[in-house]
Amino acid sequence: MTNEFVLEAINREFPESVLHHSEPYGMLTLEIKKEDIKKVIHHLKISSLEFSFLTDICGVHHPENKEKELCVVYHLQNMKENIRLRLKAFTTRENSEFETLTDLFAGANWMERETFDFYGIKFKGHPDLRVILNSPDLGYHPMLKEYRLEDGTRTDKDDKMFGR
Amino acid sequence: MSDIKPVIKMDAPAPEGLEGEGFFATKLSSVIGLARSYSLWPLPFATSCCGIEYMAFLNPTYDGSRFGMERNSFSPRHADMLMVCGTISKKLGPVLQQVYTQMAEPRWVVAVGACASSGGIFDTYSVLQGIDKIIPVDVYVPGCPPRPEQIIEGVMQVQALAQSESIRRRDMPQYQALLESYGIK
Repeated sequence: MTNEFVLEAINREFPESVLHHSEPYGMLTLEIKKEDIKKVIHHLKISSLEFSFLTDICGVHHPENKEKELCVVYHLQNMKENIRLRLKAFTTRENSEFETLTDLFAGANWMERETFDFYGIKFKGHPDLRVILNSPDLGYHPMLKEYRLEDGTRTDKDDKMFGR
Repeated sequence: MSDIKPVIKMDAPAPEGLEGEGFFATKLSSVIGLARSYSLWPLPFATSCCGIEYMAFLNPTYDGSRFGMERNSFSPRHADMLMVCGTISKKLGPVLQQVYTQMAEPRWVVAVGACASSGGIFDTYSVLQGIDKIIPVDVYVPGCPPRPEQIIEGVMQVQALAQSESIRRRDMPQYQALLESYGIK
């Protein structure tokens, strides 16, 4: 199974869904319409393409691009053929709710909680969408780029010395 | 936080008392202070590399036992000295505070290493910027991580505190106000 084969199979099944494709470092990367992402992943799992392992879900924040401000990246793997696939879906800040994958992959549960924790991206249908890594009373989604990386309570640092 | 700067003498002589052949008499409080200082039971709260240095400190090469801390207590209720070795994340903060609250008086806290003392290099949203944000600290040991010799120095500072402070430190109004400021009761 090659990247070309996978791309063609997806394009044939979902002619409207793939917006863009590339192969950074040899890994097929597809930009999928946000509304179709679950449909596509479901198909990749149950069809003969057999992408049966969900390696990772994570978020990305692009504050400079208001149309595509938030992104969710899905990594899938076909264990038999040892081929990997990266799917990206972009959305605006206001519309940042994705469909959950927990009914397809049990492992999506914590990954979606992590994505929610750090980026505030909600997952419709998730059974228990709470923050997972940060302390529950943190009160914001720290990987969004409008927040400083540094902790505001630090008092012993001289801004001059630390280039801020 | 306060202007109280206790002078700690590392080579303090024996407390004042009457000495003769075969006996030495002194105040009961001094005797209790001496006794406490040589039977400090540490509670290791080790989260990262400073914990490894703390383990080295307990090994025969550095031999923490010779300071009377033979037994590491893994129950806060039996421990005298809380050794916080490593980065404390904000999520872990309430746990550390509860461990401290469960310790019985007299109790001392040693912040081992840069992370426990000030957050260290982890100037970030998830890391507590020094454990003194949530519990009072008696001795800060600098270093990233500190060498076992430095941890020994820190323990000896606690010993000096145990010998020189009032044995009823818990009754001092400053101490109670300090605990109050941390919301610990």
